[in-house]
Amino acid sequence: MIRRLLATVPVLIGISFISFALIYLSGDPTDFLLPVNTPEETRRAFRAAQGLDQPFLVQFLDFLAKAITGDFGTSLRFQQSAGSLVWERLGATGELALAAMVIALAIGIPGGTIAAYRYGSVTDRAVRAISLLGQAVPNFYLGVVAVIVCAVWLRILPSGGRGTVEQLILPAFTLGFGLVALIARVTRSCMLDALRQDYIRTARAKGLGENRVVWKHALRNAFIPVLTIIGLQFGLLLNGVVVTEIVLSWPGIGRLAIQSIYARDFPVVQTIVFLSAFTFVMLNLMVDLLYVVLDPRISYK
Amino acid sequence: MTMAADIRPGGGALMRRLWRGGSSKASLLFLGLIVLCAVAPSLLAPFDPYQQDLTKRLLGPVFSERYDAAHLLGTDQLGRDVLSRIIHGAQITLLVSALAVAVSAIAGTVVGLFAGYRGGWIDLVIMRIIDMQLAFPVMLLVIAVVAVVGPSLVNLILIMGLSGWPRFARVARGSVLSAKEMDYVDAARAVGTGRWRIMFHHILPNIMSALIVYASFELARMILLEASLSFLGLGVQPPIPTWGGMINDGRQYIFQAWSVSFFPGLAILALILTFNMLGDDLRDALDPRLANE
Repeated sequence: MIRRLLATVPVLIGISFISFALIYLSGDPTDFLLPVNTPEETRRAFRAAQGLDQPFLVQFLDFLAKAITGDFGTSLRFQQSAGSLVWERLGATGELALAAMVIALAIGIPGGTIAAYRYGSVTDRAVRAISLLGQAVPNFYLGVVAVIVCAVWLRILPSGGRGTVEQLILPAFTLGFGLVALIARVTRSCMLDALRQDYIRTARAKGLGENRVVWKHALRNAFIPVLTIIGLQFGLLLNGVVVTEIVLSWPGIGRLAIQSIYARDFPVVQTIVFLSAFTFVMLNLMVDLLYVVLDPRISYK
Repeated sequence: MTMAADIRPGGGALMRRLWRGGSSKASLLFLGLIVLCAVAPSLLAPFDPYQQDLTKRLLGPVFSERYDAAHLLGTDQLGRDVLSRIIHGAQITLLVSALAVAVSAIAGTVVGLFAGYRGGWIDLVIMRIIDMQLAFPVMLLVIAVVAVVGPSLVNLILIMGLSGWPRFARVARGSVLSAKEMDYVDAARAVGTGRWRIMFHHILPNIMSALIVYASFELARMILLEASLSFLGLGVQPPIPTWGGMINDGRQYIFQAWSVSFFPGLAILALILTFNMLGDDLRDALDPRLANE
């Protein structure tokens, strides 16, 4: 357990290094922070005041020390700290990601389970076709098609924005669809495996109802790989967040990231890259720790 | 040469085996069509993809209400023919994604071979780096790096390629670990063959099938990444037609002409689907034992 926790330390240092190097390489900040005709002495004074004349390593350690306290510098576009700017948008992205995950689990797990239980049936083939499609359709295209169908043709849902439940439906579906496909596929193959095991035969032999056998005994054992996938797919979800938020004008961190990139507001980009990688590492850690709870045979020595 | 090599069909036999499967026949034909579009777009495209005609802006496809029979899939906001732009767009998509996969395959395979063959602390360090890079939400990182260095063709290929190397390294390393226990590797070592020669002449050919299958799936992923980047305006810059860029252009006119965004997306979808299915079929053709998984 301790070793698993310690293993995340170099990863965390690594991701902070990459996030920092990104900004370091983006060029001289005085070029876009100060007016074009600023004399060289003023620039030098500015660099000294901001610690920009220090060696790379010193600047990196400085960044690290500040990042630990939650200070990621100031946004160049807004006179506001980058951390609080990202924090404000985090709620919107969290809401969207949660809704997408709920959709994905609510459809993917029962879908995959039924497909495995009725192997080769129409349901099974439908689930497999949807998974194949879900892997192939780009998130942003799905969003565009969803807008065409629901907002342009049928006029039943708004094409963007945030606030009402109607406005949440399209982005959540757009973001969740790829996950539905993935979760259904993994659940299906793990359930196929689980249903063949001896303990399933035992459970049936001692007279348990089919529902209990499938949904409790088999699914519980099939759930571990599904959990891994869910944990690992946070990255995929995050990739999806960026384009989904752009397509459906959802005011979250993905849209903020792209807008900040266009405006060359690098402290904000850096904060988002760092925080999302950090979250990803932490989620992986949580998934690993959850294994121990779900499967008593696993332990981290 | 060796037992492991014997179960692997040669190039001709592989193509025949692929061709026999119904679904792979369809994917090979479609892939052929897209490659033809990329190699000789002017042969197939009915119009010049850059030719504007402001009197024919935002026309629908032929089955819609507002159409011009010459423009099968309609026109965009500048009156350019959508079909011709899709055909020409195949060029950038295939070029960027194929070269990006080549970059990641070469970098990843060399590193993975080395890590797997050497083992020990070198392996440990490389695996840590791989884990670290896989921990990054790739797209956000690629977007940020492209924004910093600028979206030129070479930059795109290199950055996309380098974003994919850890996956290849992992596949290569995993295959090496099992291949290096084989008798023929022991035999090569016993007769005094050098380390690099063993890696590239004896082990590499035997893990090739795993890498080829993987490359097909990676192609699908790179096409998606390229499309996403150009959709966000961070890919190859206009007026060069890219599928992702076309979807983005059409988005602003979606209430007047949905078709401008709709059709380029179908091309992306179909091509990704093709490479995913081809990957599955290749895996089955190269290793019949895996056919049912």
